[in-house]
Amino acid sequence: MENTVQIDWDRINSIIDKYDSEKEDLLMIMQDINDVYNYVPPEIIPLLVERLGVRESLVYSVATFYKTISLEPRGKYIISVCTGTACHVRGAEKITDALSSELNINEGETTDDMLFTLEGVRCIGCCASGPVINVNQDTHGGLDRSKALKIVDQYREQTS
Amino acid sequence: MTKIANKEALEALRETLQAQSQEGKKLISLCAGSGCGAYGTAKVHKALQEELEKQGMADEVMVKLTGCHGFCEKGPIMVIHPEGIFYPQIKPEVVPEIVESTLKKGELIKSLIYKDQATKKKLTHEKDIPFYKLQQRIIFGNNGLIEPTSIEDYIGAGGYRALSKALFDMKPKGIIEEIKKSGLRGRGGGGFPTGIKWATCARHEGRRYVICNADEGDPGAYMDRSLLEGNPHSVVEGMIIGAIAIGSSDGYVYVRHEYPLAVTNLTLALKSAREMGLLGDNILGSGFNFDIKISRGGGAFVCGESTALMASLEGKPGRPRAKYVHTVEKGFRDGPSNLNNVETWANVPVIINKGSDWYAAIGTEHSKGTKIFSLVGKVVNTGLVEVPMGTTLRKIIFDIGGGIPKKKKFKAVQTGGPSGGCIPERFLDLPVDFDELAKVGSIMGSGGMIVMDQDTCMVDVARYFVDFLKDESCGQCNPCREGLKQMLAILTDICAGNGKEGDIELLEEIGAMMQKFSLCGLGTSAPNPVLTNMLFFRDEYEAHIKDKKCSAGVCKPLFYYEIDPEACTGCTLCAKKCPQEAVSGKKKEPHVIDQENCIKCGICYEGCKFDAIKIC
Repeated sequence: MENTVQIDWDRINSIIDKYDSEKEDLLMIMQDINDVYNYVPPEIIPLLVERLGVRESLVYSVATFYKTISLEPRGKYIISVCTGTACHVRGAEKITDALSSELNINEGETTDDMLFTLEGVRCIGCCASGPVINVNQDTHGGLDRSKALKIVDQYREQTS
Repeated sequence: MTKIANKEALEALRETLQAQSQEGKKLISLCAGSGCGAYGTAKVHKALQEELEKQGMADEVMVKLTGCHGFCEKGPIMVIHPEGIFYPQIKPEVVPEIVESTLKKGELIKSLIYKDQATKKKLTHEKDIPFYKLQQRIIFGNNGLIEPTSIEDYIGAGGYRALSKALFDMKPKGIIEEIKKSGLRGRGGGGFPTGIKWATCARHEGRRYVICNADEGDPGAYMDRSLLEGNPHSVVEGMIIGAIAIGSSDGYVYVRHEYPLAVTNLTLALKSAREMGLLGDNILGSGFNFDIKISRGGGAFVCGESTALMASLEGKPGRPRAKYVHTVEKGFRDGPSNLNNVETWANVPVIINKGSDWYAAIGTEHSKGTKIFSLVGKVVNTGLVEVPMGTTLRKIIFDIGGGIPKKKKFKAVQTGGPSGGCIPERFLDLPVDFDELAKVGSIMGSGGMIVMDQDTCMVDVARYFVDFLKDESCGQCNPCREGLKQMLAILTDICAGNGKEGDIELLEEIGAMMQKFSLCGLGTSAPNPVLTNMLFFRDEYEAHIKDKKCSAGVCKPLFYYEIDPEACTGCTLCAKKCPQEAVSGKKKEPHVIDQENCIKCGICYEGCKFDAIKIC
């Protein structure tokens, strides 16, 4: 299993440039990096420390405090099962169970082929269509077990 | 885009825009909010443009991709103006027929017309549908009419008129007085009087900040998302007016990273407002300077708390601090900071335009104006509903919301999110406002309204909220961090069938301790979902603990499914659907469930058309 990524340092530097190395924008900078690699590769942290003039402890503290940042590599497709209240009462847990047994991973884990990460997310604001899942940026609503499993198949097909 | 030089130029532009829009073109408003988007608006839009091109009607018909219309249950929604013809749940396949029949010939397509579930009547026009008819949409109404990406649309609909009035016809103190007189209270949860907050902030010296809370961490609420996505300029205009009143040149919108469309539309709105001279230096030639920056939050519920939000804006983890000194005095960067949420800001231009007397005439004695609720969960018409304060829960849930689906029984409605409570059936006639909800142990919160039916287990709901809060607690103070952990352990035990005598009393004790000693508002309100729940649904807790029964059929160790041989017709549907092959029986004969193999997934229970599967 290949977990490390090739870091495009020019791209990282240009993200930091976009925010004028402003330390108040640390979280947004990390979110942008997270969007590129689906996680923030810890190798980048020394650069953030240097260019923003912040302590390493602050970078780790911010990275671990906010849910949108991951310091662990994640799959190509991040399946976020919405567990907001509206989705919960409409059976979000059943969707998580179905996906978990289909992918053979627990919530928070990534499949061995690095294709899927299964996560729970607290409300994505599509409460009327619950239960919903997000696969990366795409939202799929009105789900039940079988619809959720079909969606996984669609993404599998896209890759194969 | 050219800069608008002054007040007169703004009015001249508005007149031109309004004249253009009245040129008699047909207008199709297609909802592109997040709800409809999830059901496939993009495909419908593409099909519509292709078909209009093909039939040579592209010049005669204007298509607008608007923000959320509110009736998310029926997405994707299409409304054809000027008639106001309402077509719900549009699929790309029906688009050619819509163009051919309705647009070209003016004929209605019977199969597409909305059917009201309660009366079984077919209703053609948006305005006649109970879901819309019973609302008063003073804040949310423009969402369906304007394109959020077009500043011209907003100006044409009367936008930035309130700003011009505030800049040229009013004094800062006068604006604050007007907001005070309107009775507007913060829509983010606390319900603090907005005018008083502004006045206090304006009194403190230093570089002042105007901040919009668009963190919307309350699970089950999405009105702020829909406002920002659908009508971002109304929020921007409100913030500029606030800045004039308070005397600030720096604005911030703290918005969730999980709301990408809101971020995109807001970014565009700020850009076009700057280009037109409505934001930035020398706004409308008045000499007043104010700009807004977007800060994307990282999915932390606690960042809805003012001091945590401001810590997050400063690039730190969002941990609250004790509020010996309020943020209106020392907040963001230690400057006087005025924080209001999205919906509150969107109310401001309406109040300035129409006057505080007009506004204060809507609502109840101490809660003025309207409130947008996100009506979701076990209700027929899910969506966003804007009603005057004081509207009863019954009217919202049953008249507008159409009641409970599948003829199930209403059990409770949850308001106020993780700081609120579940309200039982006997309070359905409660007029909803800040004070009335507090009387029954809940709160208004940001406006989440989650309807629960007989299949919702109240102990599980309490466990759900505590589990949510345990994850979201920032962990600084002991009462919140440890209290939630212990509460969760007890509730998990109860749901697993390991509840003990004395558990209820222990939950009450921990809850009371947290209410007294937690550091921030979120900590002190964290036990609310459990405490109010135990007040109204104590029998369910006792049934879980003493009888080891979950009558809602949610807590798996506490129930089993059984087929009623009297009601079972032997249709074989459950046997076919069961993933465990645990259902057996011959065709047209009563079936039985093998309890050893049953995993209680509920597929048979939900699928049975004869209500033959019982929860025991």
